[in-house]
This record gives sequence, C-alpha cells and structure tokens, in this order.
Amino acid sequence: MNFWLVLTVNSVTFGGLLFLLASGFSLIFGLMRIPNLTHGSLFMLGAYVGGSAVVGLLGFKLNFWLAAVLATLTVAALGALVERFLLRQLPGDQLAQVLVTLGISFMAADFCLMVWGGDPMSVATPDGLGGFARVGTAVFPLYRLAIIAIAIVVAIALWLLLDRTRLGAMIRAGVDDPDMARVVGIRVSQLFTIVFALGAGLAAFAGIIGGPILSVYPGLDQDMLPLALLVVIIGGAGSLLGSFVGSILVGFIYNFGQALLPELAYFVLFLPMLLVLLLRPQGLFGRHMP
Amino acid sequence: MTAMLTANNGTRLAVLGLALLALVTLPLWMPGIYYVNVGSQILFYAVFALGLNVLVGYAGLVSLGHAGLFGISAYATGYMLQLGAGHSVAIVVALIVGVASMAVFALLSLRSSGIGFIMITLALGEILWGLAYRWISLTGGDNGISVRGRPAPFGYSLTDPVHFYYAALAVFIVAVVMVAIFVRSPFGASLMGTRDQPRRMNALGYHVWMIRFYACLFSGLLTAVSGILFVYYTNFISPQTLALTSSAEVLLMVISGGPGTLLGPIVGAALVVVIKTVVSGFIERWNFLLGAIFVAIVILVPEGIVPGTVRLWQLITRKRVSAPAANAEAASSEAAP
Repeated sequence: MNFWLVLTVNSVTFGGLLFLLASGFSLIFGLMRIPNLTHGSLFMLGAYVGGSAVVGLLGFKLNFWLAAVLATLTVAALGALVERFLLRQLPGDQLAQVLVTLGISFMAADFCLMVWGGDPMSVATPDGLGGFARVGTAVFPLYRLAIIAIAIVVAIALWLLLDRTRLGAMIRAGVDDPDMARVVGIRVSQLFTIVFALGAGLAAFAGIIGGPILSVYPGLDQDMLPLALLVVIIGGAGSLLGSFVGSILVGFIYNFGQALLPELAYFVLFLPMLLVLLLRPQGLFGRHMP
Repeated sequence: MTAMLTANNGTRLAVLGLALLALVTLPLWMPGIYYVNVGSQILFYAVFALGLNVLVGYAGLVSLGHAGLFGISAYATGYMLQLGAGHSVAIVVALIVGVASMAVFALLSLRSSGIGFIMITLALGEILWGLAYRWISLTGGDNGISVRGRPAPFGYSLTDPVHFYYAALAVFIVAVVMVAIFVRSPFGASLMGTRDQPRRMNALGYHVWMIRFYACLFSGLLTAVSGILFVYYTNFISPQTLALTSSAEVLLMVISGGPGTLLGPIVGAALVVVIKTVVSGFIERWNFLLGAIFVAIVILVPEGIVPGTVRLWQLITRKRVSAPAANAEAASSEAAP
C-alpha cells in the first residue's frame, strides 16, 4: 500500500516538474509554431546556473530560492536573445528554425560539459524542506510535496495570466490566429519574444527546482526534451490545460513504468502517444493540427 | 542534380565516369588503410543520407528519428549474430526489422506533416534510443553488442578493409542508381507533387498518404542497408548510435549538401565524415562544432552546398538553367501518367 502511495506522490511530483517545463514549450509551439528543441537545454542550463549559485561555484553562495530566481532570469534573458537575434532572422521558415534550435541545443550541451565537467552536480534540498511528512504509516519527503505546491501555484498564475489579463488575451489570440491578431493591431512579433522568454524562464525554473531530486548531469537535456515533446503531443500544442493533463499523465506513466517495468519504461511511455495520435492527432486539448 | 540533369549530357557523363574511376581506384592511391576506412564510412553514411533525402528532399518530410531506424537494423544484425544465426539470415532479418519499424514510424508520423512530422519522428527516435539504453537484457544497455567477423559473400571475405570498401562501394552504387531511377519515375514525380502541392495532388486523384507511405518504406530500406553496413564496419553497436546527435548528423549531411538533389547527400556525407574525422583528431568538441555548422548553414547557405555551387557555376558559365525549370519538368511528368 505504502509503495503505491509513494509512487503516486513521486508521479505527481514529476508531473509537476514536467508541467513547468512543458507549459512554456507548448506555448512557444502553439504561438510561434516552433518546436523549440533548445527546451531541454534551457532546463539543464537553469539547473547548472542555479546549482552553481547554491554550491558557490560562481564565487558567491546564494540561498536556494534566490538561486532559482537568478537561474530563471538569466535563462529567460538568454531565451529572449536567441529569439531576437537568431529565430527572428528566419521568419516563417519552420525547418530552418528547427535546425537552428537543434544546433543551439548541441552547442549548449557541449558548453555545459566544458564548463561543469562530466560529473553529476548534486543540489542540496533547500533549508527547512529536508524533512519528511508522516501520513499514517506512509512517509513523504517534504520537498516533493513542495514541488507539487509550486507547480500548482505556477499553473494557477499562468492560467490567470493567460485568461484574465490583456497580455494573456493577446497571446491566446496569437495562438488561435496569428494573422488575424496582427490585423487587429496586436504586435505578434513582440509577443514572440515575451512568450519565448517566459517559456525559457519556466524551463530553467523547472531545472533548478528539479535539481535536488534529479541532480544535474550531462545528458539531462536529452532526458527531458522527449518528455516535454510527449506532453505536447498528448496534451495538444498551445493549451495550458493540455500541458497540465499531459504532464500528470506522463509523470504517472513514466514513474509507474520505471518501477514496474524498468527495462520497458520508455516503451510504455510511447503507448499513450500512439493512442492520442491515432484517435485525436491534434492532442487531447489541441485546437488544430501542428 | 535535377538542375544538373539538364546540363550538357556529355560533360555530365564525363564527370560521372571520372568520379566512378576515382572511387574504384581509391584504395590504390590513398596513402593508407586508415583513409580507405574513412572512404568506407563516407560510402555507407552516403547511403544513409540518400535514404533520409528521399523524405527530406523529395517528400518534404523532415525526420529527426532516422538514427533510431539506422540503429535498430544494426541492433537486429548484432542480436541475430549473437543468437548464432548466419550472416545472410541476420542481414535479411535486419532489413525486415528496419523496414517494418519504418512502417510503424510512418503510420504514426504521417498523421501529420510539417512540424508535426518532425516532432513525432523525434519522439519515436528518442523512444528507440531509450529502449536500446534501458532494455539491457536484449541490447546489453550501455555496453552495446559486439559483432564478431564480417560476412564473406561468394567467398570474398570482407574482413580486409579494402574488400570491405569495395563491398560498400557496390552497395553505394546500387543505392545511387535506385534513387536516380526513383526520382525520374512517375512515382518520384508524384512524390514531389505531394511535397509541393499536396491538396492539388489530392484533387487530381492521387492518394497522398499512400505515396508518402511508400516513400517512407523506400527511405527505411536504404537506412536499414546503411545500418547493416555500419554494424559490420564497426563490429559494434551501442545506444550512442541511436542518439539525437546521430539523427542530426545525417540530417546535416542532407541539408548541407542540398536536399532534393541526388548529389547533395553524397557530398554532405563526405563533408561531415571528413570534418568529424579531422576535427576529432584535434579537439573533443565535435558536438559544439556540429551545432555551430547547423546554425551557420541555416543562416548563411540555406539552399545547401551543392545547389549553391551549381548556382555559382551557372553564373560563371552564364547558363540560365535553374531550379524552376526542374520543377516544371517534374510537374509535366506528373501530369503525364
């Protein structure tokens, strides 16, 4: 019984992390029609930058949360730069955009290997969250529960942003019909930069928040990117609800798969994608085919 | 190549003959076995790139999962040999596994085209990589599978590097001829039609999905062939071969040479293999360079190296034969059947 309960909590935790990663990916894809293949790298970069600040590699030591903010802002700025100076050069040419993001992701991976080396970096759990919560006979690490809480808060904040603010309305309009949005006077190209930076920042935030449970290692980007892709294929591009449901689903399948069928965990992940593609190719909550 | 086809026939034959002569005599004038081996690598990677180009260049479908297909054929060969099967059985099984996997890939990824196709093939390729990495009882995990020995077709042992080179060359020539015939066939024309005008092709009564599906199978066959050559060349297969980096490398071969040309992927394969071989002798940072080349090519020479050179050549010789003419040719032969 405890085994299942712990596994469930772990699945939700992982799903929460995935949501932080994939919601930005999904927005970028929905709005800009770019599958941003640097998203895994942004996650890893956030984890490395934040982790270095926590450990003190940058010459100063930061509190975990401050380090998370630092990582988020740094990577968000980086994302904005990439969007402004590279992706902006290739308007409408999706293949070129895919190739450029792929190229950047390789450069980023090698850059991280060069700077931080091949050994995994472990990030300490933030102060006060190293303990456990007892519920009956089951024991849950506090930090995992905290991640779930953070993911829920971010989800609500994102929902409010998209659903209740003027900026959100403009983003939604851009996702639904970029040409029409332009015609009514929305500066879609400016939205691109904002959404790209937002997505990059969220990915980096997920990276550093996930640091204490996943640790930071070379190849983390390649582990996370396919999961983000799966979430978007399952949930549908550009839909916040889709990202949320997709993340939790993938979190569950991934964790249960690893616990029950460790050798085939990757294959089990593939099944829901297969079902969704066959029955609803635009994704569970997607409006249009990518 | 389509642009070159319309160039002077005599010149073209002479160039082809010279290239063929150079390839056949390569082991004689290369300074050492090391370079012959690089030659073999270029040949089987060229077959791989030709296979991917069928999709990227002629069908307009960009796959980022082809390393998975390449790898699964290599694994199938290794696994069959490990089970004690003979070389011919292993090769046949590997071909079947490769094409069947491509069929599954196609069934799923052809639900969509454009960006959706890229994403789905990418996810599928990553899943194959994950399987190779985690399904330890079948694949040996990170340790991979070692293959002992190479086949000896008709008593011609391929253990000798020069012999292997000639075998790879024979397969390469067959592959080039196959692709050349394919491109000029009515089917090739209809495939290019689905690339340029899928809705119009549909209205004309062509089964767009089916045409793309067959193109996928053809691409899968070439990929499987190159995967088998690869595993016999290295005598080893590990999950690294299936990684996204490998898919990107072969895509770079196609893109850098020029997608949708016959010669492009071959030149691209030679370029990438040579750069990789030379660079890895000096620095470890191949991946960084790979990424940088990608970004540079996309920003600076988006049409690829071969079409770029052809354009320059035409500028120099003042012949106004350009890509639109080739497209018109494809369109007219598309209407013919």
